[in-house]
Amino acid sequence: MSDAAAITGDAHAHGHHPDLQHHFDTLEQQHEAATLGMWLFLVTEVLFFGGLFLAYMLYRVWYHEAWVAGSKELSIALGGFNTVVLIGSSLTMAMAVRSAQTGYRRATIGWLLGTMALGLTFLIVKVFEYKDKFDHHHVPGYDFHVDAAHAGIAGPMEIFFSLYFTMTGLHALHMIIGFGLMSVITWMAYKNRFSPQWYTPVEMSGLYWHFVDIVWIFLFPLLYLVDRTQ
Amino acid sequence: MSHIAPKSMYYTIFGILMVMTALTVFAAFQHLGVFNFPVAIGIAITKATLVVLFFMHAKYSSRLTKLFVGMSFFFLVIMFALTLTDYMSRGLKTYPGGAGGAGYGVRSAAPAHEAPASGAHKEGAAETAH
Amino acid sequence: MEMTLAAPRVDYLNEKHTVASWLLTKDHKRIGIMYLVVVSLAFFVGGLFASLIRFELATPAGDLVTSDTYNKLFTMHGVAMVFFVLIPAVPAILGNFVLPLMLGAKDVAFPKINLLSWYVFVIGFLFTLYAMITGGVDTGWTFYTPYSSRASSTNVMMTGIGVFITGFSSILTGLNFMVTIHRMRAPGLTWFRLPLFVWAIYSTSLVQVLGTPVIAITVLALAVERGLGFGIFDPALGGDPVLFQHLFWFYSHPAVYIMILPPMGAISEVLACFSRKNIFGYSFVAFSSLAIAIFGFLVWAHHLFVAGISTYSALVFSFLTYAVAIPSAVKTFNWTATLYKGAIWLKAPMIWAICFLGLFLVGGLTGLFTAALGVDVHIHDTYFVVAHFHFIMVGGAIMGYFAGLHFWWPKMTGRMYSDAAAKVAAVIVFVGFNLTFGPQFILGYLGMPRRYHMYPEEFQVLNVLSSAGASILAVGYVLVAIYLIASLFNGEEAGDNPWHATGLEWTTQSPPLPHNFETQPVVTEGAYEYSKREIKVV
Repeated sequence: MSDAAAITGDAHAHGHHPDLQHHFDTLEQQHEAATLGMWLFLVTEVLFFGGLFLAYMLYRVWYHEAWVAGSKELSIALGGFNTVVLIGSSLTMAMAVRSAQTGYRRATIGWLLGTMALGLTFLIVKVFEYKDKFDHHHVPGYDFHVDAAHAGIAGPMEIFFSLYFTMTGLHALHMIIGFGLMSVITWMAYKNRFSPQWYTPVEMSGLYWHFVDIVWIFLFPLLYLVDRTQ
Repeated sequence: MSHIAPKSMYYTIFGILMVMTALTVFAAFQHLGVFNFPVAIGIAITKATLVVLFFMHAKYSSRLTKLFVGMSFFFLVIMFALTLTDYMSRGLKTYPGGAGGAGYGVRSAAPAHEAPASGAHKEGAAETAH
Repeated sequence: MEMTLAAPRVDYLNEKHTVASWLLTKDHKRIGIMYLVVVSLAFFVGGLFASLIRFELATPAGDLVTSDTYNKLFTMHGVAMVFFVLIPAVPAILGNFVLPLMLGAKDVAFPKINLLSWYVFVIGFLFTLYAMITGGVDTGWTFYTPYSSRASSTNVMMTGIGVFITGFSSILTGLNFMVTIHRMRAPGLTWFRLPLFVWAIYSTSLVQVLGTPVIAITVLALAVERGLGFGIFDPALGGDPVLFQHLFWFYSHPAVYIMILPPMGAISEVLACFSRKNIFGYSFVAFSSLAIAIFGFLVWAHHLFVAGISTYSALVFSFLTYAVAIPSAVKTFNWTATLYKGAIWLKAPMIWAICFLGLFLVGGLTGLFTAALGVDVHIHDTYFVVAHFHFIMVGGAIMGYFAGLHFWWPKMTGRMYSDAAAKVAAVIVFVGFNLTFGPQFILGYLGMPRRYHMYPEEFQVLNVLSSAGASILAVGYVLVAIYLIASLFNGEEAGDNPWHATGLEWTTQSPPLPHNFETQPVVTEGAYEYSKREIKVV
């Protein structure tokens, strides 16, 4: 950024905010571009996960029995706890963005650290859930067995768990990336890089984090809560 | 640069999301029959909408941003709906008096277990375990 | 390159010369040139496979390569051409170069992401190249399961990773261009003053942003099925391989529009310029681009008509496929009407553009045959389909790409190529192309299936014609490479606006300044006000 301004070397670069890149006219324009770009990226993410949701939905109608049985193997307690944790992290993230907007550096850092802590909690719980699947021979392609009662629907149940691992695994991967983003943002906040005029990275990371939250908002009922009445 | 919302708004939205999480768990244990899925997905869509509108500030964003949000769901719906035209009408009779094939609907068992797949540790998926 | 001008002007090419200044550049123009280099390499690789295919098919027996090798040849031809030539050709090369210039902007909205997307593209290409060199892949470029996930013993995984990675490049480019068009337009440059190339790029970007993630997730699902033994499409577990095809074509049909829309935009520029006229029905041409992009998402299952989808669904998709012909026809009619009573100036880009019109017309109309449900059962997976999509992808997309490349070459390099050589090359390519793919329509109609390397003796005459055409085609392409490269060394100075064209890109010097314009341009009129131009050519 700064070297580009140096190359331009003209009056244009002077009297402007240091975070204004050379090819934008105003900070406003730069901010709008970043926001738009981030939303477009999220559009691609919606369709990215959409493909798996489509597969999920088709098989759920085809193999309802297997879906009910597969879902029962998942722990509502852990899934529910994680839902609360993740929505909580969305709240702390929203508060971090708000603190950056209003220029409270310490609060921004605090809320960001809180968000990271909650994200980490989610991932740790997820690790225990995965371990449980290994213990119960529910890992497709590696070690997959079902008990005698479900022998007739073993194939579809394997598809259920294939989708379970693919969807939650991709979601967890997104969280890990988000965690990395958050670390950078926290460092930048610590270095006092943000101001009420320019806090775009905080806002963009926030959008990303909320999106990851939304994916889980769908995954939780779809995977954990398939008809629990039986 | 952007709209600054009061703190109370975020806490309120969080509260509503928590209530709806409890609601969706509660609903899963009720005898709703075919409505189980629509209720669950309805609650999830409502929650997602709240997050998009308030946590992600879409409510205060430009019309273009709103258009993009709408666009992503529009094309998602296209993907689902047009794929379903295939799955929902598979096996229907194609001429009067013709035979209908195996339609789309609940399938209780997998059609075949005989083909051992590539996984080295797999010993026939239908075998019982532990 | 000895440039012994009296006072060399600073431009984006001579500003810095180090390798690092290229590899770390954030300048959209340099990135465009870097894409040109890689895409040309991929075109050569894909062309090599194509030549081997046509060599093999010169005789009915399978005497040059084995069946397995032949499977790899057509797969790798498809993979190289689709993902590494056709999709990036016009958007990433010409789009990168001229889009910010056309908008009067200093650069794209996210220059660093633009560079990143080139690196991602190269990494994806290297993965694919590695897969090709170390044994190849034989699934067909469509990677259909369960063959690709459970049966094939070739480098499916490595190729899949290559395609997956390249997808990110496509997404990032599309995203970048969309934001650039929304937020970086010069003062006065309203949507309806935009050059039609910009409309085409915008529509393309829309498809890239909405479609590419779906192929990414599809390839990922294939990868977990193949690599980890998960079952998502596996019929042995009760999965549905047709679902893979749905997801695959949800992207890959719109991908055809990623290939053809930007060349269409380039054609609009060239035809208006060399007819010295405003484009006929500007807003119709503009909106037809958007319409093609959106309708393009509604037709994918016409690739599945014989794959076992429901007949009723096929009916719906057949109807929708006809619908997408409407905006394509709107464009063709408007282009023709633009020529009418124009002061036609037959320079090289115009020759390429006219060749495009003819070939695209044939490609589009034969598309209607394949859209017809009953006819498609007969011609599906035959050479008729092969001929049809090559008329669109080579006759349409590559011809349009060359029209655009010849049009903007003087701007990109500051040099003029030999007009006579370019015209000769265009005619050779046109003749060679028709000879290659014309007979394939007949072959397909007579029932020769695609993807086989042996065929009955009675098909030999047509196949020999096709192979002969392919060698003529190859000569044409080599000629293009020769005179374009030669122009870099001994081409005449092109001047800032050799075609006397409208458009902001022609108001700056050739090659352009590092930051495009001396002063911020302001736009006061529509894109094609050729009637107001004083200079009369011809």
